[in-house]
Amino acid sequence: MRALRKKIQDKDLELIIGQLLRYGVLLSSLIVVAGGIVYFVRHGYQQPAFNTFRGEPDKMRKPVEMLKAIGHGEGRPLIALGLLLLILTPIARIVFSIFGYLLEKDYLYVLITGFVLGVILWNF
Amino acid sequence: MTVLVFSGLIFAGALSAGLLGSLTGLGGGVVLIPLLTLLFHVDIHYAIGASLVSVIATSSGAAAAYVRDGISNIRLGMFLEVATTVGAVAGASLATHLSTAMIAIVFGAVLILSAILSFFKNQDNLVTGPGSRLSQWLKLASNYPTPEGRKDYTVKNVIGGFLVMNVAGVLSGMLGIGSGALKVLAMDNIMRAPFKVSTTTSNFMIGVTAAASAGIYLKKGYIDPGLSMPVMLGVLTGAFMGSRILTRAKVGQLKKIFAAVIGLLAIEMIYNGIHHTI
Repeated sequence: MRALRKKIQDKDLELIIGQLLRYGVLLSSLIVVAGGIVYFVRHGYQQPAFNTFRGEPDKMRKPVEMLKAIGHGEGRPLIALGLLLLILTPIARIVFSIFGYLLEKDYLYVLITGFVLGVILWNF
Repeated sequence: MTVLVFSGLIFAGALSAGLLGSLTGLGGGVVLIPLLTLLFHVDIHYAIGASLVSVIATSSGAAAAYVRDGISNIRLGMFLEVATTVGAVAGASLATHLSTAMIAIVFGAVLILSAILSFFKNQDNLVTGPGSRLSQWLKLASNYPTPEGRKDYTVKNVIGGFLVMNVAGVLSGMLGIGSGALKVLAMDNIMRAPFKVSTTTSNFMIGVTAAASAGIYLKKGYIDPGLSMPVMLGVLTGAFMGSRILTRAKVGQLKKIFAAVIGLLAIEMIYNGIHHTI
Protein backbone atom coordinates (compact mmCIF):
# COMPACT_ATOMS: atom_id res chain seq x y z
CA MET A 1 0.00 0.00 0.00
CA ARG A 2 2.77 2.39 0.91
CA ALA A 3 4.62 1.44 -2.27
CA LEU A 4 1.52 2.20 -4.29
CA ARG A 5 1.09 5.61 -2.68
CA LYS A 6 4.69 6.44 -3.40
CA LYS A 7 4.23 5.45 -7.04
CA ILE A 8 1.22 7.75 -7.43
CA GLN A 9 3.04 10.69 -5.85
CA ASP A 10 6.00 10.12 -8.16
CA LYS A 11 3.78 10.13 -11.21
CA ASP A 12 1.81 13.21 -10.11
CA LEU A 13 4.98 15.12 -9.45
CA GLU A 14 6.31 14.25 -12.88
CA LEU A 15 3.08 15.36 -14.53
CA ILE A 16 3.16 18.71 -12.76
CA ILE A 17 6.77 19.19 -13.80
CA GLY A 18 5.91 18.36 -17.41
CA GLN A 19 3.10 20.92 -17.46
CA LEU A 20 5.35 23.51 -15.82
CA LEU A 21 7.90 23.09 -18.59
CA ARG A 22 5.31 23.28 -21.34
CA TYR A 23 3.68 26.47 -20.06
CA GLY A 24 7.10 27.99 -19.44
CA VAL A 25 8.06 27.43 -23.08
CA LEU A 26 4.70 28.73 -24.30
CA LEU A 27 4.85 31.92 -22.21
CA SER A 28 8.46 32.67 -23.13
CA SER A 29 7.70 32.09 -26.85
CA LEU A 30 4.85 34.60 -26.65
CA ILE A 31 7.12 37.20 -25.05
CA VAL A 32 9.79 36.53 -27.70
CA VAL A 33 7.21 36.97 -30.49
CA ALA A 34 5.98 40.24 -28.94
CA GLY A 35 9.55 41.50 -28.63
CA GLY A 36 10.23 40.39 -32.20
CA ILE A 37 7.35 42.46 -33.54
CA VAL A 38 8.60 45.59 -31.76
CA TYR A 39 12.14 44.84 -33.02
CA PHE A 40 10.92 44.55 -36.63
CA VAL A 41 8.91 47.76 -36.40
CA ARG A 42 11.91 49.67 -35.05
CA HIS A 43 14.79 48.04 -36.94
CA GLY A 44 13.20 45.90 -39.68
CA TYR A 45 14.80 47.81 -42.56
CA GLN A 46 18.29 48.16 -41.13
CA GLN A 47 21.23 45.88 -41.90
CA PRO A 48 21.84 42.94 -39.58
CA ALA A 49 25.35 42.70 -38.10
CA PHE A 50 26.15 39.29 -36.68
CA ASN A 51 29.35 38.54 -38.57
CA THR A 52 31.67 39.95 -35.93
CA PHE A 53 31.38 39.12 -32.26
CA ARG A 54 30.98 42.16 -30.04
CA GLY A 55 29.19 40.79 -27.01
CA GLU A 56 25.92 42.17 -25.75
CA PRO A 57 25.19 45.39 -23.78
CA ASP A 58 23.79 45.24 -20.22
CA LYS A 59 20.19 45.72 -21.34
CA MET A 60 20.32 42.34 -23.13
CA ARG A 61 21.98 40.52 -20.21
CA LYS A 62 20.80 41.92 -16.86
CA PRO A 63 17.14 41.69 -15.75
CA VAL A 64 16.97 45.17 -14.19
CA GLU A 65 18.50 46.87 -17.26
CA MET A 66 16.25 44.74 -19.46
CA LEU A 67 13.11 45.95 -17.72
CA LYS A 68 14.25 49.60 -17.92
CA ALA A 69 14.83 49.31 -21.68
CA ILE A 70 11.49 47.52 -22.16
CA GLY A 71 9.89 50.46 -20.37
CA HIS A 72 11.40 52.71 -23.07
CA GLY A 73 9.60 50.62 -25.68
CA GLU A 74 12.61 48.65 -26.98
CA GLY A 75 12.04 45.28 -28.67
CA ARG A 76 15.26 43.33 -28.24
CA PRO A 77 15.38 43.57 -24.43
CA LEU A 78 11.83 42.16 -24.44
CA ILE A 79 13.06 39.22 -26.54
CA ALA A 80 15.94 38.84 -24.07
CA LEU A 81 13.43 38.72 -21.20
CA GLY A 82 11.55 35.92 -22.98
CA LEU A 83 14.80 34.02 -23.50
CA LEU A 84 15.72 34.47 -19.84
CA LEU A 85 12.36 33.03 -18.84
CA LEU A 86 13.01 30.10 -21.18
CA ILE A 87 16.38 29.44 -19.55
CA LEU A 88 14.67 29.56 -16.15
CA THR A 89 12.14 26.78 -17.00
CA PRO A 90 14.50 23.82 -16.55
CA ILE A 91 15.86 25.51 -13.41
CA ALA A 92 12.31 25.82 -12.01
CA ARG A 93 11.91 22.13 -12.77
CA ILE A 94 14.92 21.32 -10.59
CA VAL A 95 13.58 23.41 -7.70
CA PHE A 96 10.24 21.63 -8.01
CA SER A 97 11.94 18.23 -7.95
CA ILE A 98 13.74 19.08 -4.71
CA PHE A 99 10.40 19.75 -3.01
CA GLY A 100 9.06 16.50 -4.44
CA TYR A 101 11.93 14.45 -3.06
CA LEU A 102 11.58 16.23 0.29
CA LEU A 103 7.92 15.16 0.43
CA GLU A 104 8.95 11.61 -0.39
CA LYS A 105 11.68 11.81 2.27
CA ASP A 106 14.19 10.68 -0.33
CA TYR A 107 17.11 12.62 1.14
CA LEU A 108 19.71 11.11 -1.17
CA TYR A 109 17.94 12.67 -4.14
CA VAL A 110 17.33 15.93 -2.28
CA LEU A 111 21.11 16.08 -2.03
CA ILE A 112 21.75 15.08 -5.68
CA THR A 113 19.16 17.53 -7.03
CA GLY A 114 20.38 20.25 -4.68
CA PHE A 115 23.90 19.79 -6.02
CA VAL A 116 22.69 20.15 -9.63
CA LEU A 117 20.80 23.32 -8.71
CA GLY A 118 23.88 24.66 -6.95
CA VAL A 119 26.08 24.10 -10.02
CA ILE A 120 23.59 25.96 -12.24
CA LEU A 121 22.98 28.91 -9.89
CA TRP A 122 26.66 29.31 -9.03
CA ASN A 123 27.34 30.15 -12.67
CA PHE A 124 24.47 32.52 -13.19
CA MET B 1 19.75 42.30 -46.82
CA THR B 2 17.44 43.92 -44.27
CA VAL B 3 16.78 42.59 -40.78
CA LEU B 4 13.30 41.47 -41.91
CA VAL B 5 14.57 39.36 -44.82
CA PHE B 6 17.49 38.01 -42.80
CA SER B 7 15.21 36.97 -39.92
CA GLY B 8 12.77 35.33 -42.34
CA LEU B 9 15.54 33.27 -43.95
CA ILE B 10 16.98 32.30 -40.55
CA PHE B 11 13.51 31.25 -39.39
CA ALA B 12 13.07 29.02 -42.45
CA GLY B 13 16.52 27.48 -41.99
CA ALA B 14 15.97 26.90 -38.28
CA LEU B 15 12.59 25.31 -39.00
CA SER B 16 14.19 22.81 -41.40
CA ALA B 17 16.96 22.09 -38.89
CA GLY B 18 14.42 21.50 -36.11
CA LEU B 19 12.28 19.28 -38.33
CA LEU B 20 15.20 17.15 -39.55
CA GLY B 21 16.71 17.06 -36.09
CA SER B 22 13.55 15.72 -34.49
CA LEU B 23 12.85 13.20 -37.29
CA THR B 24 16.33 11.72 -37.16
CA GLY B 25 16.80 12.07 -33.41
CA LEU B 26 20.03 14.00 -33.87
CA GLY B 27 18.67 17.30 -32.62
CA GLY B 28 18.55 20.71 -34.31
CA GLY B 29 21.87 22.11 -33.09
CA VAL B 30 24.14 19.91 -35.16
CA VAL B 31 22.91 21.32 -38.46
CA LEU B 32 21.90 24.76 -37.18
CA ILE B 33 25.38 26.01 -36.27
CA PRO B 34 26.98 25.10 -39.65
CA LEU B 35 23.98 26.70 -41.36
CA LEU B 36 24.37 29.96 -39.43
CA THR B 37 28.15 30.17 -39.73
CA LEU B 38 28.79 28.80 -43.23
CA LEU B 39 25.74 30.14 -45.07
CA PHE B 40 24.79 33.29 -43.14
CA HIS B 41 28.33 34.15 -41.95
CA VAL B 42 27.19 34.61 -38.37
CA ASP B 43 30.04 34.66 -35.84
CA ILE B 44 30.29 31.23 -34.23
CA HIS B 45 29.87 32.65 -30.70
CA TYR B 46 26.46 34.13 -31.57
CA ALA B 47 25.53 30.91 -33.40
CA ILE B 48 26.39 28.82 -30.33
CA GLY B 49 24.35 31.14 -28.06
CA ALA B 50 21.28 31.02 -30.31
CA SER B 51 21.56 27.24 -30.68
CA LEU B 52 21.78 26.69 -26.92
CA VAL B 53 18.60 28.69 -26.40
CA SER B 54 16.73 26.62 -29.00
CA VAL B 55 18.04 23.41 -27.41
CA ILE B 56 16.41 24.41 -24.11
CA ALA B 57 13.15 25.24 -25.90
CA THR B 58 12.82 21.88 -27.67
CA SER B 59 13.89 19.88 -24.63
CA SER B 60 11.41 21.58 -22.30
CA GLY B 61 8.66 21.59 -24.92
CA ALA B 62 8.91 17.85 -25.58
CA ALA B 63 9.42 16.75 -21.98
CA ALA B 64 5.75 17.16 -21.05
CA ALA B 65 4.65 14.48 -23.53
CA TYR B 66 7.33 11.98 -22.50
CA VAL B 67 6.61 12.41 -18.82
CA ARG B 68 2.92 11.79 -19.41
CA ASP B 69 3.70 8.44 -21.04
CA GLY B 70 5.84 7.47 -18.05
CA ILE B 71 8.82 6.43 -20.17
CA SER B 72 11.65 8.63 -18.91
CA ASN B 73 13.51 7.61 -15.75
CA ILE B 74 13.62 10.81 -13.69
CA ARG B 75 16.01 9.50 -11.01
CA LEU B 76 18.43 8.22 -13.62
CA GLY B 77 18.29 11.59 -15.40
CA MET B 78 18.72 13.57 -12.20
CA PHE B 79 21.74 11.54 -11.06
CA LEU B 80 23.44 11.82 -14.46
CA GLU B 81 22.77 15.57 -14.53
CA VAL B 82 25.42 15.85 -11.83
CA ALA B 83 27.89 14.78 -14.53
CA THR B 84 26.42 16.81 -17.40
CA THR B 85 26.00 20.13 -15.53
CA VAL B 86 29.55 20.06 -14.15
CA GLY B 87 30.78 19.20 -17.66
CA ALA B 88 28.66 21.94 -19.25
CA VAL B 89 30.10 24.62 -16.97
CA ALA B 90 33.64 23.46 -17.80
CA GLY B 91 32.82 23.37 -21.52
CA ALA B 92 31.28 26.86 -21.55
CA SER B 93 34.27 28.31 -19.72
CA LEU B 94 36.57 26.55 -22.18
CA ALA B 95 34.64 28.01 -25.15
CA THR B 96 35.29 31.55 -23.94
CA HIS B 97 39.05 30.90 -24.18
CA LEU B 98 39.10 29.09 -27.53
CA SER B 99 39.50 30.86 -30.88
CA THR B 100 36.70 30.78 -33.44
CA ALA B 101 38.82 28.55 -35.70
CA MET B 102 39.48 26.05 -32.92
CA ILE B 103 35.78 25.83 -32.00
CA ALA B 104 34.93 25.20 -35.67
CA ILE B 105 37.42 22.32 -35.85
CA VAL B 106 36.16 20.69 -32.63
CA PHE B 107 32.60 21.17 -33.86
CA GLY B 108 33.40 19.43 -37.14
CA ALA B 109 34.89 16.45 -35.29
CA VAL B 110 31.82 16.18 -33.04
CA LEU B 111 29.55 16.33 -36.12
CA ILE B 112 31.32 13.34 -37.65
CA LEU B 113 31.05 11.47 -34.34
CA SER B 114 27.30 12.23 -34.14
CA ALA B 115 26.73 11.00 -37.69
CA ILE B 116 28.52 7.72 -36.90
CA LEU B 117 26.70 7.29 -33.58
CA SER B 118 23.33 7.62 -35.29
CA PHE B 119 23.95 4.23 -36.94
CA PHE B 120 24.76 2.38 -33.71
CA LYS B 121 22.46 -0.52 -33.03
CA ASN B 122 19.96 -0.07 -30.22
CA GLN B 123 20.68 -2.35 -27.30
CA ASP B 124 17.33 -3.67 -26.31
CA ASN B 125 18.26 -6.65 -24.19
CA LEU B 126 16.97 -5.62 -20.78
CA VAL B 127 19.05 -5.96 -17.64
CA THR B 128 16.87 -7.63 -15.06
CA GLY B 129 17.56 -8.91 -11.57
CA PRO B 130 18.74 -6.89 -8.59
CA GLY B 131 21.32 -4.76 -10.48
CA SER B 132 24.68 -3.54 -9.18
CA ARG B 133 25.05 -2.18 -5.64
CA LEU B 134 25.55 1.35 -6.92
CA SER B 135 22.41 1.24 -9.05
CA GLN B 136 20.48 -0.16 -6.06
CA TRP B 137 21.74 2.56 -3.77
CA LEU B 138 20.77 5.21 -6.34
CA LYS B 139 17.39 3.56 -6.97
CA LEU B 140 17.93 3.50 -10.73
CA ALA B 141 15.75 0.45 -11.41
CA SER B 142 12.35 1.26 -12.89
CA ASN B 143 9.82 0.02 -15.41
CA TYR B 144 8.55 1.29 -18.75
CA PRO B 145 5.56 0.68 -21.03
CA THR B 146 5.87 -1.88 -23.85
CA PRO B 147 3.15 -3.37 -26.09
CA GLU B 148 3.04 -6.30 -23.62
CA GLY B 149 2.54 -4.10 -20.56
CA ARG B 150 5.07 -2.43 -18.24
CA LYS B 151 8.44 -4.15 -18.01
CA ASP B 152 10.96 -3.93 -15.18
CA TYR B 153 14.59 -3.09 -15.88
CA THR B 154 17.68 -1.96 -14.07
CA VAL B 155 20.99 -0.49 -15.26
CA LYS B 156 24.65 -1.47 -15.02
CA ASN B 157 28.03 0.26 -15.55
CA VAL B 158 26.86 3.29 -13.60
CA ILE B 159 30.36 4.79 -13.39
CA GLY B 160 31.06 4.30 -17.11
CA GLY B 161 27.78 5.96 -18.02
CA PHE B 162 28.50 8.80 -15.62
CA LEU B 163 31.90 9.50 -17.23
CA VAL B 164 30.52 9.52 -20.79
CA MET B 165 27.77 11.86 -19.59
CA ASN B 166 30.46 14.19 -18.28
CA VAL B 167 32.01 14.35 -21.77
CA ALA B 168 28.55 14.95 -23.27
CA GLY B 169 28.15 17.87 -20.85
CA VAL B 170 31.51 19.39 -21.83
CA LEU B 171 30.62 19.23 -25.54
CA SER B 172 27.17 20.66 -24.90
CA GLY B 173 28.59 23.61 -22.98
CA MET B 174 31.43 24.21 -25.42
CA LEU B 175 29.41 23.97 -28.66
CA GLY B 176 25.86 24.96 -27.67
CA ILE B 177 24.39 21.63 -28.75
CA GLY B 178 22.27 19.12 -26.82
CA SER B 179 24.74 16.22 -27.24
CA GLY B 180 21.71 13.93 -27.45
CA ALA B 181 23.53 11.24 -29.45
CA LEU B 182 26.23 10.85 -26.81
CA LYS B 183 23.73 10.95 -23.94
CA VAL B 184 21.75 8.13 -25.53
CA LEU B 185 24.97 6.17 -26.09
CA ALA B 186 25.81 6.47 -22.39
CA MET B 187 22.43 5.21 -21.20
CA ASP B 188 21.60 2.72 -23.95
CA ASN B 189 24.92 1.14 -24.95
CA ILE B 190 26.84 1.53 -21.71
CA MET B 191 24.29 1.45 -18.89
CA ARG B 192 21.96 -0.82 -20.88
CA ALA B 193 18.76 1.06 -20.13
CA PRO B 194 16.00 0.35 -22.72
CA PHE B 195 16.37 2.46 -25.88
CA LYS B 196 13.04 4.27 -25.45
CA VAL B 197 13.94 5.13 -21.87
CA SER B 198 17.37 6.39 -22.98
CA THR B 199 16.08 8.72 -25.69
CA THR B 200 13.32 10.26 -23.57
CA THR B 201 15.49 10.62 -20.48
CA SER B 202 18.20 12.18 -22.65
CA ASN B 203 15.69 14.71 -23.94
CA PHE B 204 14.66 15.50 -20.39
CA MET B 205 18.28 16.06 -19.37
CA ILE B 206 19.27 18.25 -22.32
CA GLY B 207 17.41 21.33 -21.02
CA VAL B 208 18.99 21.18 -17.58
CA THR B 209 22.47 20.63 -19.03
CA ALA B 210 21.99 23.62 -21.34
CA ALA B 211 20.71 25.81 -18.48
CA ALA B 212 24.02 25.23 -16.69
CA SER B 213 26.03 26.82 -19.51
CA ALA B 214 23.36 29.39 -20.43
CA GLY B 215 24.30 31.51 -17.41
CA ILE B 216 27.89 31.78 -18.66
CA TYR B 217 26.77 32.48 -22.26
CA LEU B 218 24.45 35.22 -21.04
CA LYS B 219 27.21 36.87 -19.00
CA LYS B 220 29.65 36.74 -21.93
CA GLY B 221 27.08 38.23 -24.32
CA TYR B 222 26.75 35.18 -26.63
CA ILE B 223 22.97 35.29 -26.65
CA ASP B 224 21.87 37.96 -29.14
CA PRO B 225 18.10 38.54 -28.98
CA GLY B 226 17.80 39.62 -32.63
CA LEU B 227 19.38 36.38 -33.85
CA SER B 228 18.05 34.03 -31.17
CA MET B 229 14.44 35.06 -31.82
CA PRO B 230 14.03 33.56 -35.34
CA VAL B 231 16.33 30.64 -34.45
CA MET B 232 14.41 29.60 -31.34
CA LEU B 233 10.96 30.07 -32.90
CA GLY B 234 12.03 28.23 -36.06
CA VAL B 235 13.59 25.24 -34.30
CA LEU B 236 10.64 24.95 -31.92
CA THR B 237 8.12 25.00 -34.80
CA GLY B 238 10.16 22.46 -36.77
CA ALA B 239 10.57 20.12 -33.80
CA PHE B 240 6.84 20.30 -33.08
CA MET B 241 6.04 19.44 -36.71
CA GLY B 242 8.56 16.59 -36.54
CA SER B 243 6.96 15.09 -33.44
CA ARG B 244 3.63 15.02 -35.32
CA ILE B 245 5.06 13.23 -38.37
CA LEU B 246 7.42 10.94 -36.46
CA THR B 247 4.91 8.21 -35.72
CA ARG B 248 4.11 7.67 -39.41
CA ALA B 249 7.23 8.40 -41.44
CA LYS B 250 9.92 5.84 -42.26
CA VAL B 251 13.12 7.47 -41.11
CA GLY B 252 15.75 4.91 -42.17
CA GLN B 253 16.49 6.52 -45.54
CA LEU B 254 16.20 10.03 -44.14
CA LYS B 255 18.73 9.20 -41.45
CA LYS B 256 21.29 8.13 -44.07
CA ILE B 257 20.82 11.33 -46.10
CA PHE B 258 21.00 13.46 -42.95
CA ALA B 259 24.18 11.70 -41.81
CA ALA B 260 25.75 12.37 -45.23
CA VAL B 261 24.78 16.06 -45.03
CA ILE B 262 26.23 16.32 -41.55
CA GLY B 263 29.45 14.65 -42.74
CA LEU B 264 29.84 17.23 -45.53
CA LEU B 265 29.11 20.13 -43.17
CA ALA B 266 31.70 18.72 -40.78
CA ILE B 267 34.41 18.70 -43.47
CA GLU B 268 33.45 22.26 -44.46
CA MET B 269 33.66 23.42 -40.83
CA ILE B 270 37.06 21.79 -40.30
CA TYR B 271 38.40 23.15 -43.62
CA ASN B 272 37.26 26.69 -42.78
CA GLY B 273 38.63 26.33 -39.27
CA ILE B 274 42.07 25.31 -40.51
CA HIS B 275 42.16 28.15 -43.05
CA HIS B 276 40.78 30.68 -40.54
CA THR B 277 37.95 31.64 -42.87
CA ILE B 278 35.15 31.21 -40.37
